Amino acid sequence: MGTVLTPEFPIREPSDIAEIRALLDAVTDPEIPVLTLNDLGVIRGIEVEHEDGARSVRITITPTYSGCPAMITMEMDIRDCLLRAGIDRVEIETVLSPAWTTDWMTENGRRKLAEYGIAPPVKGEPSGRRALFGEAPTVQCPHCGAEETKLVSEFGSTACKSLYQCNACLEPFDYFKCI
Amino acid sequence: MGTALTQDQHFAYVLRIGDNALILGHRLSEWCGHAPILEEDIAQTNIALDLIGQARMLLSHAGAVEGKGRDEDKLAYARDVLDWRNCLLVEQPNGDFADTIARQFLFDVYNHLFFTALTRSSDAELAAIAEKSVKEIAYHRRHSSEWLIRLGDGTDESRSRMVEALNRVWGYVDELFTMDEVDDAALAAGIGVDLAALRPAWDQGVSDVLNQAGLDLPTVTWSVGGARSKGHHSEHLGFLLAEMQFVPRAYPDSAW
Repeated sequence: MGTVLTPEFPIREPSDIAEIRALLDAVTDPEIPVLTLNDLGVIRGIEVEHEDGARSVRITITPTYSGCPAMITMEMDIRDCLLRAGIDRVEIETVLSPAWTTDWMTENGRRKLAEYGIAPPVKGEPSGRRALFGEAPTVQCPHCGAEETKLVSEFGSTACKSLYQCNACLEPFDYFKCI
Repeated sequence: MGTALTQDQHFAYVLRIGDNALILGHRLSEWCGHAPILEEDIAQTNIALDLIGQARMLLSHAGAVEGKGRDEDKLAYARDVLDWRNCLLVEQPNGDFADTIARQFLFDVYNHLFFTALTRSSDAELAAIAEKSVKEIAYHRRHSSEWLIRLGDGTDESRSRMVEALNRVWGYVDELFTMDEVDDAALAAGIGVDLAALRPAWDQGVSDVLNQAGLDLPTVTWSVGGARSKGHHSEHLGFLLAEMQFVPRAYPDSAW
């Protein structure tokens, strides 16, 4: 793992940063292909350096879950995307602190998740702040919009999701749980 | 204040935490394809995945602290049983589902308190790993607590199995809170956690849930430790390692 110091990135060429960020809009979560890494909020820093006409980019990312197997794919996809775009050198560093939270997901990302059939994380409900036996948040069914839904299992098809069912349309659905 | 923390003690301290995560993660992964219901199969393996992810970060850090070139894989796959420093509780076999829940619940309550305290460690990497992990562990604790209540307050059969399961692992609890010279030195250096100080909150957290389950605290009087301090493990760990380490030992350094 990389160092945990919160890096301060010298922004040498602001236009470069915007360009790299735009390029990274093509990189999606391998498990949830409607979400880009920018939507997820896992990209924590972009640093660009020019030397002898070559462009080096350093991307800092943070994992969603400790054991998420998608992280290694995300790293490969970032590298692939930037090298294909003509960047000469790509370095990827992982930082753990501050720990990723679903609060970092963008509005656009939340909207796309719901359209995809996954209920987005309920805002202001991070697990740490919820009492261990607190009421589960009201999760809206991404299919019919009803709020009468029930938790089937706290753990779902990937580390970041739990399994719900809608009491109105009876469809099961994934909920991107708060962390 | 104790004596200054040596590099060996710092390594030993991080290793203990990493070993707990890896061994329990491996144990839970044994449920894959065997859990009583599909949702639980998925839940157990999700929790296993979190723990193995935490173990990777912790063992990588332990290797870096040690400074002898051992990475996470070397520490996971090239150590024999006497060199492991996990506690006895996490290496106990899965047994029936009540045994798994009893082991998990007692450990989750401890682990949640421990990692919450560890977020204040002066070892910045350890604190960052703790900050990340504690969010996941809160979900683990809630899950095992709910199952303990469901089984304890369920049928006569589930209740008696839950009681027996708690009795079987209760004797491994004291080890979690027993400080030795490594713990003392890590605590004095601001890196470690005061384990003994976690005990009242653990007692309270456990009895709250047992009350909700309608169960009494176990009255087991035997208590055994020595695994996380000295590597005195139960016979179960060797079998676990034999399975976990077989492939990397048979084909050292192979990659695919």
